[in-house]
Amino acid sequence: MSAGPSSSPQYSNPVVRWIEYRMPIFSTLDNFVGGSYPTPRNLSYWWNFGSLAGIALTLQILTGIVLAMHYTPHVDFAFASVEHIMRDVNFGWLLRYAHANGASMFFIVVYIHIFRGLYYGSYKAPRELLWMIGVVILILMMATAFMGYVLPWGQMSFWGATVITNLFSAIPLVGEGIVTWLWGGYAVDNPTLNRFYSLHFLMPFLIAGVVVFHIIALHQFGSNNPLGIDKKSPKDSIPFHPYYTIKDLFGLAVFFLVFAGFVFYFPNMLGHPDNYIEANPLSTPAHIVPEWYFLPFYAILRAITFDIWFLPAKLIGVILMFGSILVLFFLPWLDTSPVRSARFRPLYKIFFWVLLADCFMLGYLGSQTPEGSRAVFALIGTLYYFFHFLILLPLLGKLETPKPLPASISEPVLRTPLASPAE
Amino acid sequence: MTRTKHLLAAAVIGAALGAAALPGSATAAEGVELLEHRWSFDGLFGTFDRAAAQRGFQVYREVCSACHSLKYVSFRNLAALGFSEEQVQALAEEYTVQDGPNDQGEMFERPGKASDRLPSPYPNPEAARVANNGALPPDLSLITKAREDGPNYLYSLLNGYEEPPAEFQLADGMNYNAYFPGHQIAMPQPLSPDQVTYADGSTASVEQMSSDVATFLTWAAEPQLEARKATGLKVMLFLIVLTGLLYATKRRVWADVH
Repeated sequence: MSAGPSSSPQYSNPVVRWIEYRMPIFSTLDNFVGGSYPTPRNLSYWWNFGSLAGIALTLQILTGIVLAMHYTPHVDFAFASVEHIMRDVNFGWLLRYAHANGASMFFIVVYIHIFRGLYYGSYKAPRELLWMIGVVILILMMATAFMGYVLPWGQMSFWGATVITNLFSAIPLVGEGIVTWLWGGYAVDNPTLNRFYSLHFLMPFLIAGVVVFHIIALHQFGSNNPLGIDKKSPKDSIPFHPYYTIKDLFGLAVFFLVFAGFVFYFPNMLGHPDNYIEANPLSTPAHIVPEWYFLPFYAILRAITFDIWFLPAKLIGVILMFGSILVLFFLPWLDTSPVRSARFRPLYKIFFWVLLADCFMLGYLGSQTPEGSRAVFALIGTLYYFFHFLILLPLLGKLETPKPLPASISEPVLRTPLASPAE
Repeated sequence: MTRTKHLLAAAVIGAALGAAALPGSATAAEGVELLEHRWSFDGLFGTFDRAAAQRGFQVYREVCSACHSLKYVSFRNLAALGFSEEQVQALAEEYTVQDGPNDQGEMFERPGKASDRLPSPYPNPEAARVANNGALPPDLSLITKAREDGPNYLYSLLNGYEEPPAEFQLADGMNYNAYFPGHQIAMPQPLSPDQVTYADGSTASVEQMSSDVATFLTWAAEPQLEARKATGLKVMLFLIVLTGLLYATKRRVWADVH
């Protein structure tokens, strides 16, 4: 960071120099995404997903602002206004399909970003706060996506909103009151739709604000890297620009290829057909399922089918569902291993993939009716999820013998212990 | 160690299969396999077969529209199926539409205009139910998007009327359909051979009429399908070239690092 005029770099363009003297915007940019930001030289393509998430957020805001110009947040007109967008607004179909699929793309990118952090231990000291701010972003994203899905006012919009808001009724004593307060009435109705619209418009900007904190925290120590070891000499890093700007741009183009494939050729594949039926409070769909990115959490919510002591099953399900995300806040302290990257943690590496498979299994079970063996697997999957974070990770750091770490990023071939005379 | 690896592989494959079965894959209710039809609008370059869509509109108009509305489609939209402006105008004028209030504060009736929506057969859902033995005929504007694998579902349903199996208990006034969830459908078999007379001389078999009306209703549900696929082609070609150029640039920029 430039501290003042004295430390500003010299720019040849007089206009740039005039602005820079009064407001150091150019040096700030240079420090954040320019040639003055030293970045580990060994980042793999798994490090592309942070900037992709930023682009996905930006696209959602841009398409969303235009959609909001044509959408009507009223129970009698919302569904029809979406059809108006699809049929009569110029390129309205493109805006809506880009926005609906854009939400899915945003979640795919962010989930990959999160699992990359899990694999390479990016949440460990000194990046605990960076990770926790990321969890805040995830929670805000989930709230935003949930409320956005209600806006088209289809059957799944309405019944999804009913099921999820009803979760709060599990809270003892005040639960029913909270639900009425959330709804603005005694059922999901026009006041609910209106406030969801208002909040759905507001929250992306909150996310953008939290992203700024995420980036500030990132730049304090810079990116982690596949080896999970700190930079030791200038040889270990390269300037962000041009190396990672071009690498991110290439990744962005690949991302757009996938995104465009969905938007132009499979625009409804990730949606549910029932949401093309207008909301009807008198007719419940046969199977109420959330969007795919919520399915693992939905499976956890439904996993507990029995009361424990004085706790009703529903309350336990709600606690576990919220707990499955909140546990991530404590991850930096639950993982006791001093080694970051799974490359050097032979046991953790296995359990990482087991956790990923567990999440996929929960996602599949979330899409199915919870009957017979599926209910049993959902329970096992849920217990394993918490076992991984609460029991396995604290123990693993003590039981596991990590492989020797390389001496430095620039000399990873020297698989010698840290004690070797690399300095 | 190898055993763990095998377990791991099994878990990952299982998860991948699970992900493939997420909503979006085509399975009819109760696992009944739908009839698979080849559609003109399928595939990356698919377009609507105009003749089939026009015939389908005729089927909708002469058969389905007795009970089913199509409220998100306007007469002017039909121009996209190859009808001329005059044909659309003449068609709209065949209908009588309620408008108003006029400057006397009264509602009045007038001939339809191209900008009007297609009139619905019933004034409200209650009237529709009372006329149909308590069942509500759904609006068909989005029907092919509101059902899993919509065009094939519709085609199967229209061809799915048959005698119920001996042990099947059919409720009063209901009809057996092989593809309807639960097999009991309130709608009686709507199509019978030669129910409409096609102007182009096509044989009006149940299969032909079903596939024609499914084509028409797929257009009605997604009128921008052709624009979408045509735009998609240009976008994909552009992105493929852009991706290649960016990859080449990336290689060059990184050449001195590797």
